[in-house]
Amino acid sequence: MIELSRVNKWYGDFHVLKDIDIKVSKGEKVVVCGPSGSGKSTMIRLINRLETHQSGRIVVDGIELSDDLKAVDAIRREVGMVFQSFNLFPHLTVMENLTLAPIWVRKMPKRAAEEHAAHFLERVRIPEQADKYPGQLSGGQQQRVAIARALCMRPKVMLFDEPTSALDPEMIKEVLDVMIELAREGMTMVCVTHEMGFAKTVADRVVFMDQGEIVEAAPPESFFEAPETDRAKLFLSQILGH
Amino acid sequence: MTGTTTGSDPIITGPGQKKGSDPVAWARANLFSSWGNTLTTLVIAALLWKLALPFLDWALVKAVWWSPDGSSCRKPEAGACWALIADKHRFMLFGTYPFDAQWRPALASLTFVALYVLSAIRACWRPWLALVWLAGLAAIGVLMWGGVFGLVFVENERWGGLALTLLLATFGIALAFPLSILLALGRRSTMPVIRWLAIGYIELIRGVPLISLLFMASVMLPLFLPEGVSIDKLLRAQIAMILFAAAYLAEVVRGGLQAIPRGQYEAAQALGLSYWKMMGLIILPQALRISIPPLVNTFIAFFKDTSLVLIIGLFDLLTTIKVSITEPKWTGFGVEAYLFASVVYFMFCFAMSRYSQALEASLGAAQSRTTGKGAA
Repeated sequence: MIELSRVNKWYGDFHVLKDIDIKVSKGEKVVVCGPSGSGKSTMIRLINRLETHQSGRIVVDGIELSDDLKAVDAIRREVGMVFQSFNLFPHLTVMENLTLAPIWVRKMPKRAAEEHAAHFLERVRIPEQADKYPGQLSGGQQQRVAIARALCMRPKVMLFDEPTSALDPEMIKEVLDVMIELAREGMTMVCVTHEMGFAKTVADRVVFMDQGEIVEAAPPESFFEAPETDRAKLFLSQILGH
Repeated sequence: MTGTTTGSDPIITGPGQKKGSDPVAWARANLFSSWGNTLTTLVIAALLWKLALPFLDWALVKAVWWSPDGSSCRKPEAGACWALIADKHRFMLFGTYPFDAQWRPALASLTFVALYVLSAIRACWRPWLALVWLAGLAAIGVLMWGGVFGLVFVENERWGGLALTLLLATFGIALAFPLSILLALGRRSTMPVIRWLAIGYIELIRGVPLISLLFMASVMLPLFLPEGVSIDKLLRAQIAMILFAAAYLAEVVRGGLQAIPRGQYEAAQALGLSYWKMMGLIILPQALRISIPPLVNTFIAFFKDTSLVLIIGLFDLLTTIKVSITEPKWTGFGVEAYLFASVVYFMFCFAMSRYSQALEASLGAAQSRTTGKGAA
């Protein structure tokens, strides 16, 4: 489904991603973790070309990412993304946030798009908020709307970029519950997160990154029980230690 | 504890804040509550006495309202000479337009005002509003030019006064605004050629005074045109004003664009929106909304700047008023004439200003709740 081979990226002289090789197959759930500045957000933002790479190959759903705008558009239609800071459109209601892309990109009729959107609002458990503006919702509700907005495009892959990092602790669970449900339904997911409980529950593989490299990639049981590298051990002791 | 707090309540509320109908108590509480307040009150009262009373005396009590030959205005005891306005208001408002046909520019001006009012109502923001504008502008064209439906043809050399001012301002703003959006987007484009063109245009036009642009349009441009080709003077002035206003507005729009967080662009891109859809549906609606105050500021400045066309010999409102007082019987009554001009300009500018405040409030109602919480 997603294949990155020998991908490199620099910001000026700074080598952000070094020879990244990773393959995600259909239906697989991959959790990416690592210390801040390790390049994990940059890596998943490459997948829908919010960032560009300088060397290597990225293939998503059989299409290779390049400067060809058509390829980029085609991939973005199939890849949904959820951001750390929600990025809902504040001037539109929840319903308009959800129907905008289906109407303008997928060319769905308005009525159909609204029915479709209502269905997804139901699934993220906030059907009653459809006519509110994002600013009237709590952080957890906003993030669930953001997930529903991405799902309305019927993506084949969902990318999550630290979806719970900006949330108050009591709201993290409501978002994770939605994500777990999505995972159980078989969605292909790549998720940057520090929620290790979530990783243990749903991940097929945990990818540990540090300083722009993939240091370790293993199923959650072996990664958490017996990390192979010192860097992974240090990281786990830091986030699980307290 | 509770008892003490309750006991001090009257001091917190204060006798002055009590809403009473007693004017003496009100004055004592609000105007004479301290030495500083008392002094300020007295100074303001003295100034009012010294300035406002004589003005009212001049403008209303001793004013001359009617005097076709202007003789009663020359009497020593005469105040403001409003007879000038009574006598010359047709020329002031309509310029050298044929006298018998002046109902036509009057109707055209009213049509403009009606279009403004209609466009100000949000319920009318529908596609049909564009058709109404087209019909309105066509009607204005027919009224001003004539030549059909039995109306006498009037060449636009003879247009003037308020109708001309409204014409220049309306077309100026209506065409400069979309152009300015393109320029602002161009200036932020990732394509170097487009970006440099936009920057070059904006900096060049902003760097020269409007007067010199108007001179160029009226004097220089014809020199560059091939033999036999000529563009109407009014049209040339209008184009110069559009180009000028667009450069200024572009920077205002750019300011709004810069205030939109990067996440909005990324979310739009991640959903697969193309550049123009992202701009039109997500970025511009937010950017223009926060730009309303500076945009209206520029509109108001531009409305008044239309009076600069006097230097190339077009008879806008201010010019016709200026010309009115060159007539021998009305010389020396400039104050009255310019007060009249001020009132007319003020009505339009104040309406724009009030409307922008109302619009901001109604559009911001939903969004202000957003900015309060933020996405953090």
